Amino acid sequence: MKKTLFLGALAATTLAASGAFASTLDEVKARGTLNCGVTTGVPGFAEPDANGVWQGFDVAVCRAVAAAVLGDGNAVTFVPTTGKTRFTALASGEIDLLARNTTWTFSRDTDLKFEFVGVNYYDGQGFMVPKDLGVSSATELDGATVCIQTGTTTELNLADFFRSNNISYEPVPIETGSEAVQQYLAGACDVYTTDRSALAAQRANFETPDAHVLLPDVVSKEPLGPLVRHGDNEWGDIARWTLNALITAEELGVTSANLDAESGNPEVNRLLGREGDLGAMIGLDAEWAKRALAVGGNYGEIFASNIGSETPIGLARGLNAQWKDGGLLYSPPFR
Amino acid sequence: MAQDHSTAFVRTQEIPPAPPPPGETGAVHWIKTNLISSVPNAIATAVGIYVVYWLLSGLIPWIVNGTWVTNNIRECREVLAGSGGGCFSVLTERYAQMLFGFEYPSEFYWRPSLAFALLFFAVPPALFPMYLPRWMLIATGLYPFVAFWLIWGGTILTPIGALAGVMVGYYAFTKLDKYGFAAALGGGVVGAWVVWQAFGMIAGGMPGFIALEAVESRNMGGFMLNMILGVVCVSLSIPLGIVLALGRQSSMPLIKIVCVVFIEFVRGVPLITLLFVANVVLAYFFPPDSNIDLILRVIIMITMFSAAYIAEVIRGGLAALPTGQYEAADSLGLNYAQAMRLIILPQALKISIPGIVNVAVGLFKDTTLVSVISMFDLVGMIRGPILSSTDWAGVYWETWAFACILFFVVCFGISKYSQWLEGQLRTDRH
Repeated sequence: MKKTLFLGALAATTLAASGAFASTLDEVKARGTLNCGVTTGVPGFAEPDANGVWQGFDVAVCRAVAAAVLGDGNAVTFVPTTGKTRFTALASGEIDLLARNTTWTFSRDTDLKFEFVGVNYYDGQGFMVPKDLGVSSATELDGATVCIQTGTTTELNLADFFRSNNISYEPVPIETGSEAVQQYLAGACDVYTTDRSALAAQRANFETPDAHVLLPDVVSKEPLGPLVRHGDNEWGDIARWTLNALITAEELGVTSANLDAESGNPEVNRLLGREGDLGAMIGLDAEWAKRALAVGGNYGEIFASNIGSETPIGLARGLNAQWKDGGLLYSPPFR
Repeated sequence: MAQDHSTAFVRTQEIPPAPPPPGETGAVHWIKTNLISSVPNAIATAVGIYVVYWLLSGLIPWIVNGTWVTNNIRECREVLAGSGGGCFSVLTERYAQMLFGFEYPSEFYWRPSLAFALLFFAVPPALFPMYLPRWMLIATGLYPFVAFWLIWGGTILTPIGALAGVMVGYYAFTKLDKYGFAAALGGGVVGAWVVWQAFGMIAGGMPGFIALEAVESRNMGGFMLNMILGVVCVSLSIPLGIVLALGRQSSMPLIKIVCVVFIEFVRGVPLITLLFVANVVLAYFFPPDSNIDLILRVIIMITMFSAAYIAEVIRGGLAALPTGQYEAADSLGLNYAQAMRLIILPQALKISIPGIVNVAVGLFKDTTLVSVISMFDLVGMIRGPILSSTDWAGVYWETWAFACILFFVVCFGISKYSQWLEGQLRTDRH
């Protein structure tokens, strides 16, 4: 009896392993919803509103992929993950796509066997200090106490930065972002460091935002993007080109408002499925990108409605502008 | 005339008690003796008064000036304008999320609320057996099935099937009891299993039979999740703990070894690792679609954890009984089960009450650890979706105070009950 149980468990494990090689696209279609991993809450990027509906910049990527594949931007099962559980959730097949402002690094791409399908937000680590401190550059922070989240890349970047500039600092390790802000405001540290987008978002919620400044120094590259498992390139292509479709649409001036308008631009027509058969090449129908754009609009619209300068988060486009406008967004052509 | 000088005056009744001299009674005296009896005492009193004043001077404006109607923290700040009031609007806007989690359908909030209300009918028969008639225990027995149906929904056949299985199993157990404990237990398990299989097929065939709309486990959250985990795990771990404690004292080496290994292993591992195992590691062993429900996995882990602790508490109670009690049971000709049920356990459990309650209160608070494995219990809701939302980032005191009040009410209630129960069961002095 024990042996049969063991063999059964073994068979189940083998099935699970082989399941990883079955097409994720077919699984998602059969299930009818996309399992998308998000954060447990980062202002502007992923947060459930008062009605329990997920909103945010990362969430929009999930919805766009779901609309492209399943035809419904609400056919998403959001699986909240913490920094500790996100990679196992993706590796074990619990989620199909992880859109959880995750930094694209060498080891995560190769050693952890994931495939980053692009970058939806270019971030970098920065510093926030109270204005009274009278500091204008991070290199003047010799001997400062620094609030920092433990177990993140920011901790290592900070050590690198201070060592290469040959100045000393005293770290104050803290578990989560909201606790770090609390400590910083309570004066437990002189400096708070994390990604600049988070710093700006958190400062916007301070009682007196003007009393604090972001230093101009950016000490790391943090390309944040959605990722999928190794081993299913077709599924990776769908996620990658859905993200590219959002970016290209902004470049070409396609918005959620003019999706049905006639266009003389052949690339717009290819993107929206009026010419060519791009959809069939990734196993979807012709209008996949049109549906993805119909959910929240193009990249620029998503940015503006979730984290842009009109929102309380108030982030400028900066590096995340189109390449034509001096940013880094540069999607390969739809051809 | 010898008697004349001997009995000049004889008092025939007691002097009526005189009022105490002035200055030795009343409020003034109380203050003199208790608050300013000496210089150090007076200093301590002054410091104490200052601390109380300092706390109240912050707390009262915080509550009185607080606002309950704004839509986000920015509006809060405008309304409060530095008056020191609290931004309680977060509670009015998000209290349902804190109680039920953000994914439980709001039109069904009445279901867990009703289940919670029924708890007050189901629990007293078990907790106050000396005041309530025994037949009311039926309500206690039915409650788990009713509550499951209300909270999770689905067809009513599922809880009915589960109940029928339990009843058949119990019936088989009592009928086979005369053939020995092992046979009875085996018969009971087989009987229950057969009924469960049969009802599983029927319920699978008729998913719409008197059905409430089903709510998935992943949608449970808020204080409801803490209550579910707390109530289920406490009620499961006490019987399991008793079995483990008795098993550890058993003279049969195999049973003894299994129990000792289980208790020592589980007690030697932090609860948080068990929860990570439940959440993360088990996912690797199941095929992606056949996931065992996450709440069920967590319940199993927490129950195992607290059962090991309760087993040790009860073992302490068993060890406190003099050997004479065991020998008395033997001399009466009672078998093992009778001796335990009638003589040993009633005394051992009475001794163990403070310890068991201690574990139960600790367990209830430990249920907040599930927030680490991204389940949105009360703490998870506050740390995650609420404090990280654009609207409410930075509202720490109000949200955490709300969580403290909820937990304090429950834990203080448990603690008061245990003190009362100890008084009720005290037989050695009056």
